[in-house]
Amino acid sequence: MGFLIDRRNNPKQKSTVNRQRFLRRYRQQIQEAVNENLRGRHITDSERGEKVAIPTKDIGEPNFRHGSGGRITHVVPGNDQYTRGDRIPRPEGGGGGSGQQGSPDGEGMDEFVFQINRDEFLDVLFDDMELPNLTKRLLSGQEEFKRVRGGFSSAGPPANLSVVRSMRSATARRIALGAGRRTELRELEKELAELPEGEEGQPRREEIEARITELREALSRIPFLDDVDIRYHRHYQEPIPHSKAVMFCVMDVSGSMDQSIKDLAKRFYILLYLFLSRNYDRTELVFIRHHTVAKEVDEDEFFNSRETGGTVVSSALELMKAVIEARYSPTEWNIYGAQASDGDNWPDDAQRCLRLINEVLPLCQYYAYVEITDAGDKPLWNIYSTLAERWSEVFAMQHITGPGDIYPVFHELFRKQTA
Amino acid sequence: MNSVTREPLSTETDWTFELLQDYEREIARIAGDFELDTYPNQIEIISSEQMMDAYASSGMPINYHHWSFGKHFLAVQNSYKRGHMGLAYEIVFNSNPCIAFLMEENSLTMQALVIAHASYGHNSFFKGNYLFRTWTDAESIIDYMVFARNYIADCEQRHGVSEVEEILDACHALMNYGVDRYKRPYPMSLEEERQRREEREVILQQQVNELWRTIPVSEDAAQHREQARYPEEPQENILYFLEKNAPLLEPWQREVIRIVRKISQYLYPQRQTKVMNEGWACFWHFHILHEMYRQGLVTDGFMMEFLQYHTAVIYQPPYNSPYFSGINPYVLGFSMMQDLRRISENPTEEDKRWFPDIAGTPWRETMDFAMRDFKDESFILQFLSPHVMRDLKLFSVLDDSERDYLEVTGIHDDSGYQTVRESLSANYDLGNLEPYIQVYNVNFRGDRTLTLRHDMHNGRPLEQSNAEEVVKHLHRLWGFNVVLESVKDGKVCSSIAHSELTVSD
Repeated sequence: MGFLIDRRNNPKQKSTVNRQRFLRRYRQQIQEAVNENLRGRHITDSERGEKVAIPTKDIGEPNFRHGSGGRITHVVPGNDQYTRGDRIPRPEGGGGGSGQQGSPDGEGMDEFVFQINRDEFLDVLFDDMELPNLTKRLLSGQEEFKRVRGGFSSAGPPANLSVVRSMRSATARRIALGAGRRTELRELEKELAELPEGEEGQPRREEIEARITELREALSRIPFLDDVDIRYHRHYQEPIPHSKAVMFCVMDVSGSMDQSIKDLAKRFYILLYLFLSRNYDRTELVFIRHHTVAKEVDEDEFFNSRETGGTVVSSALELMKAVIEARYSPTEWNIYGAQASDGDNWPDDAQRCLRLINEVLPLCQYYAYVEITDAGDKPLWNIYSTLAERWSEVFAMQHITGPGDIYPVFHELFRKQTA
Repeated sequence: MNSVTREPLSTETDWTFELLQDYEREIARIAGDFELDTYPNQIEIISSEQMMDAYASSGMPINYHHWSFGKHFLAVQNSYKRGHMGLAYEIVFNSNPCIAFLMEENSLTMQALVIAHASYGHNSFFKGNYLFRTWTDAESIIDYMVFARNYIADCEQRHGVSEVEEILDACHALMNYGVDRYKRPYPMSLEEERQRREEREVILQQQVNELWRTIPVSEDAAQHREQARYPEEPQENILYFLEKNAPLLEPWQREVIRIVRKISQYLYPQRQTKVMNEGWACFWHFHILHEMYRQGLVTDGFMMEFLQYHTAVIYQPPYNSPYFSGINPYVLGFSMMQDLRRISENPTEEDKRWFPDIAGTPWRETMDFAMRDFKDESFILQFLSPHVMRDLKLFSVLDDSERDYLEVTGIHDDSGYQTVRESLSANYDLGNLEPYIQVYNVNFRGDRTLTLRHDMHNGRPLEQSNAEEVVKHLHRLWGFNVVLESVKDGKVCSSIAHSELTVSD
């Protein structure tokens, strides 16, 4: 006779540790795969996980096995035409229909494919990176509260009953109420024991015994647990602090920015957005595109519409400043700027641009400028490079030449500062 | 037990715990009538995720943590989610009590089938077969796995996950070479194991270094030692050799090797009895459920459903089918077991010629004997009958890399039976399936190079890139140069060497 056990409610995910070990071990390959996959993602699409494919040969577990060659006799079923001595041309790839055992681990395929969830995805993506100047500005906490345990009270719902506290105060009360009587009891018992045997002690003995009975009864009447003993856990409402960030995506959409450059910029923005939303409870996006005039647009228009014309960077900075003033008070919001451009700018705009960026930077937590170009330093690069020294805390700029650069550059911009 | 018409146990298709209990009781009764000797059963209902967990930890109910288990889990999960593969209906462990996992998705019929298959078929095989009796200790395995898991976790705490992982990786690569094929292990309890480990750690560290010994020896003895090989005889248990002799390992590293070795030893009989074990279990679920039907305990609908599952398992695609992937061990095992019963009960003239010992004997005893004292290789060599070969239309094909064609060496006819049978048997001999590699020599007067030898059976070479990786792992454990020589007809024809100079870490 056997017995049956229902194990379905046992803790699940026994393999979680093993899974994490696996992810940890192949971090590098997974990182590459994730970086590759970024291409197809939407900017705000950070909710889903990611499918990861890494080369099978990298994760193999070697063991001694036979290679091809030598003499092997296979036995196979279903003979429909052969007799002894028949010769069969060797099939392509050799092996002669030998039944290699099935491969549950997907061996034989070139790639090992699996899913990682959102958290794992972000972990991999932002491994060893951090937000610089992560001083969360105002932690506004008016909207949401959470219940926190704090102390005890003598009133409350039964569910909050604190057994330990209640018993403790009951014990204290019993000790306090009975103390005098117990002392007397002890003394009387002592006296009783010392009383001489026989007649002469008899009246006193009876007196004492009567008193002892009385005292014992009185003591037993002290209640074990009384209403006044009951204690409840107290809860109070604590405001949950919220940190908010706004990310300004500034991009040049003049004729010189072609689709491939925009794609590169987009991937950079995706990274930044994911990164910010990991660090802040709420992250908003503002898209500003500009050629000679700047305009605030939605994501779709930001990446997909085309304009022609010259480039006046200051227009975008001016708009950014206006938007900050109108909607995102720096005391309340953590402001991040990310500007992508091919580096062109109207020569006469340089001074104005420099003045404006100097006004914008103090408002920002961080401002990153990426220049996507193959040709050397462009006008905007030259303007901005003067900022690097003065604003080294909040300003960074990097060159990007191809998709392969984006992640390293991003990594460089947000590298963990080794203090 | 003769056909008493009874009420069927149930008519619905969904299982409940009460119904499972009823079925299990009846199956136990019938198995008892058939004199099946089993460990007590512990049947656990699990979800598909738990089944995947069980898959991932190499078929152990408890195991230590390792990335490779995570990898297997991800692979199984991925193909299961995409519908590329179904999960097994059950997993059964060779332990006492015998633990069987049943999937909650199974229908009632399937649950009854797997209870008969796993909890009575496999269970009695575990208890009866000589390999399991010799090499595994059903009493202590769960304890041992608990010990192993805690010990490894402890090492990770003390020495870091990466350190432990390196040793485990190396051990896993050599896992199949961590078994004793001939010595009988001694069963041990958790407590004994712990004590022994502590003693071992102290003693080992004092003794291991035969290689370092500096006590002067006399001229004669020195001469003798100069010529003698160490180890004197080749060692097949490579992990054991490393555990005892690798000069640079820490005590805990030796213990980790030992753990992997022990697990490998525990799994060793399973690798050698796949055909028999599955054949035996299929044979019994088939007969137990038929007996239930005969007694009116199950309905016609139940039997139709059961037979559908059964025939799906017992299906052998022919060699030229796109679904062909070798001989299905369930088919071979089941056919042979069925045939054994037939030979015992209704022998033909041919059977009497081929199996004079068992033709016409009581079938229960014959089958019990076959189950107890054989492994796949010897079982096939002994009992594969012409009848089964004809049914499966088996033929043997020689693939010699020196010729550019394959040659059919035998088919299911009088002149071929013997050839086919021997060839098939050889295909289940682990000694043929795995490259034959032994520790051959240690240069202990010089640079401590460890030499291993691969005997090229039938001239079959090693798969080069894998072998190179394993040699690297060997080097990691041994700590000095490692050479792996492939030997054919007494001559070394190729070798893989790994020395410190070439390590590129």
